[in-house]
This record gives sequence, structure tokens and C-alpha cells, in this order.
Amino acid sequence: MSERQTAQRRRRAREFDAFVAGAAGRLLHAATLLTAEPPGANPHAQQLLTSALAHTYAEWDRLRGEDPYDRTRQELAARFARSAWRYHRVRGGLLARLTPQERLILVLRLYEGVAEEQTAALMGLPVDRVRAICTRAIATMRSTPPTPPRAPAGAVT
Amino acid sequence: MSRRDRKEEEVRRMLETRHPAVPADLAARATEHGTRLLRRHRAVRRAAWLLLVAAAIAFAIWAAAAEPWVTPPTDTTPPLEGW
Repeated sequence: MSERQTAQRRRRAREFDAFVAGAAGRLLHAATLLTAEPPGANPHAQQLLTSALAHTYAEWDRLRGEDPYDRTRQELAARFARSAWRYHRVRGGLLARLTPQERLILVLRLYEGVAEEQTAALMGLPVDRVRAICTRAIATMRSTPPTPPRAPAGAVT
Repeated sequence: MSRRDRKEEEVRRMLETRHPAVPADLAARATEHGTRLLRRHRAVRRAAWLLLVAAAIAFAIWAAAAEPWVTPPTDTTPPLEGW
């Protein structure tokens, strides 16, 4: 019994490590966009992602073929939506001009490529509302210069 | 529609900036936190089961003692009529 549990824990840890190694870069970028922090100083994004990943780890044996990346992204979005009031203050990230809700929709729709219907279900909003907010966010992003804080020549990679 | 697609594509390109560096201990921290969560879930589940079993046993003992399915003997005598 105990030996089986140890083996299961070891397998879970190995699979989880492999998953994090592959997914963490993209997820952390998404989290950093959400919290509107600069990429070099993103403690809130790291905290958000660590909590979401911990949740995925705890659920690992019960995923039953569900994609852990989707699960983590969903958890990340839900956590961000719950604590969005914390992220109103501007910290100088790329999406600092947008409201937390606009950021979440923009990141889910455009960066993560989640379908409109799924985004709406995730946020508990009607689909046309999601579309309207997304359009507004796109307009805001295009109306202002792309890199306001510091724009040295060739900074965009 | 293509105009909208073009705008979306433009903003999508804006979002594809340099990825932030992933801290080396991210997986370890998540694992540690996740293990704590797992342990807590297990403890809550065990407590819930224990409570359920205790309630079932208590109910069984009470039922065996009180036998609520037995109709109680009538306390009042039926009225005497016709004499």
C-alpha cells in the first residue's frame, strides 16, 4: 500500500515536472500580461502561476485525460478574475492601459487563442459582451504607442 | 471581417514580446504547495467519512434502542358503549 503510494507520488512528480518544464514559460508570460507587470519584475504573476500549478498538481491523478495546460490556464484565469481588484494599480506592463477584465479577455482570446464561447463561459459573461470588451481592448491597444515605458531602438524581439 | 482579423493579428504580435525568465524553483514550489493541498483535501475527506460513519452508527444504536417502527400500545381504552 505505502510502496504503491510512493511509486504513484514519484510518477506524479516526474510527469508534473515535465509538464512545468514545457508549459511554464508560456503560462508565466500570460500571467505577467494579466498582472501588467514588466517581464523582469513579476512577483505577482509568479505567485498567481505557482498557485494555479499547485492546484493542477493536487488534481493530477484525477485529470483523466484532460489537458493539464487547459486546466492550469483555467485556474489561472479564475484566480485572476477573483482577485482582479488587486491588479488595478498600474505597474508598467505591456497591458497596463487596460482594465483587469479587458486584460483577461485579450490574453485569453488573442494570446491563448481560446474561443469566444469558452472565454464567455469561463468569465460568466454573454458572448456579445466578451466580443465588445475585446474590440474595445484592441482599439485601446492600437490607439497608443506599443512600448510607452522605455523604447530604445530595436527593443522589440 | 478581414479588417477585424488584421487588427487582432496586430495586437497578437504586440503580445508576443520576450518571455519572462522562469524561476528555477517554480516547479518545486508548486509541488510543495500542491502536496500541502493534497494532504488537506485528504484530511477533509477522511473527516467527512468519519463523521458519516459515526452518524450511521449513532443512528443504528438509537434505532435499535427506541424501535420507532413499533406502534406504541394505546394508552386510552376505547369508549364503552351500548350497555
